[in-house]
Amino acid sequence: MPGAADNAMNKPGKDIEKRERIVNRIARELRDGFYVNLGIGMPTLIANHVPAGMEVILQSENGMLGIGPYPAEGEEDCDLINAGKETVSEMAGTSYFSSADSFAMIRGGHVDLSVLGAMEVDEKGNLANWMIPGKMVKGMGGAMDLVAGARRVVVAMEHTTREGAPKILKTCTLPLTGVKVVDTIVTEMAYIRVTDRGLVLEEVASGLTAEDVQRATGATLVVAENLKVMES
Amino acid sequence: MNKVVASADEAIRDVGDGSIIMLGGFGLCGIPENLIRALVRKGSKNLTTMSNNAGVDGFGVGLLLAAGQIRRHVGTYVGENKLLESMVLAGKIQLDLVPQGTFSERIRAAGAGIPAFFTPTGVGTMVADGKETREFDGRMYVMERALHADFAFVKAWKGDRMGNLVYRKTARNFNPMMATAAKVTIAEVEHLVEAGELDADSIHTPSVYVKRIFQGELFEKRIEKRTLRKAG
Repeated sequence: MPGAADNAMNKPGKDIEKRERIVNRIARELRDGFYVNLGIGMPTLIANHVPAGMEVILQSENGMLGIGPYPAEGEEDCDLINAGKETVSEMAGTSYFSSADSFAMIRGGHVDLSVLGAMEVDEKGNLANWMIPGKMVKGMGGAMDLVAGARRVVVAMEHTTREGAPKILKTCTLPLTGVKVVDTIVTEMAYIRVTDRGLVLEEVASGLTAEDVQRATGATLVVAENLKVMES
Repeated sequence: MNKVVASADEAIRDVGDGSIIMLGGFGLCGIPENLIRALVRKGSKNLTTMSNNAGVDGFGVGLLLAAGQIRRHVGTYVGENKLLESMVLAGKIQLDLVPQGTFSERIRAAGAGIPAFFTPTGVGTMVADGKETREFDGRMYVMERALHADFAFVKAWKGDRMGNLVYRKTARNFNPMMATAAKVTIAEVEHLVEAGELDADSIHTPSVYVKRIFQGELFEKRIEKRTLRKAG
């Protein structure tokens, strides 16, 4: 999907590099025939990294299956937007439906993968990404439905806050978006799976050790026996 | 039977102070902009509005906010609206935020004669506070109630004088459910046609739900985030 990065990449060079690493790694989770909902911001960039020869159908919760690339200038259509309210285009096989049908599809477990950002994730797979007490609350949009209904939920986020504080915690401190909903966390440092025995560190970024990742994490990580280098 | 009215002003003649009004649209896509402008002209006060978003400053539902006509707003995401933010912080307006799939299903349920339903969305979060929860087949669900309105303002691409409606692309969104959930549904259409001109197999909203219909005078159809692919 050429062009999908143009608008979400207006960030300093270091952040772009971090994001590319996260986005590339999550793209490797895609499988042919997957129906996928990509959240606003960084997750949207995954659309640019669908492996060649693989057919992945993107769902937009405002009522569309089969999101195409951003339109060329002059071809934008005010009746055709994604859930981030950006103009998009159709592809062969696109379908449209109502918001009720869209969320029936999501809650009903028909969407294979939901990728979204987070403020905090904890070792139980609890997710907080919609409100900070004391600040203006903008609303949860479709996030609570997506994490409750998608077959698999992957969090795409930077490993720590801008101030360097961990975002992966023993227990979330912010109001929750969902309880025990996250399956996998992908950051620029690591690939972590949420399991019954806690957070399992399966991959670390090239040049880092498990100890480096643990130091930047607020919960105890279980290091996988066959710990790998994160390919991206 | 004559559902066709001459103008938006005539269509909303009986929208009194304190009315509960659903407005279709996602962002600025598929909003009943002619009815909103007429409602600003009429000046009805103490309204409860139900709409996914609250428009932007100076357009869509934002016009009703600026005119001080809304007492309470029910929606899922209001991040594009600075005026609303200041009104909420000043206690001038009540804002109820609902998960988007729950919002759409509550409206659908109202139109379908279902008073309440159980959903997995929001279990264990603030959204479920004070609500009945129940376990089905080993999973917890929260009970949500149907959402009714006095009026539904919907926007369709085409409509016939019987009230049959066809939406276009992602401008469909919440319009079909809202059309079913109010005592009086008013449709503004871009193209008003004779009965029989729409393909009966392709009607999105059957005529029974629509009480009044008119051809909109002016469709600005503003684009909120114009995103384009790079040339070449």
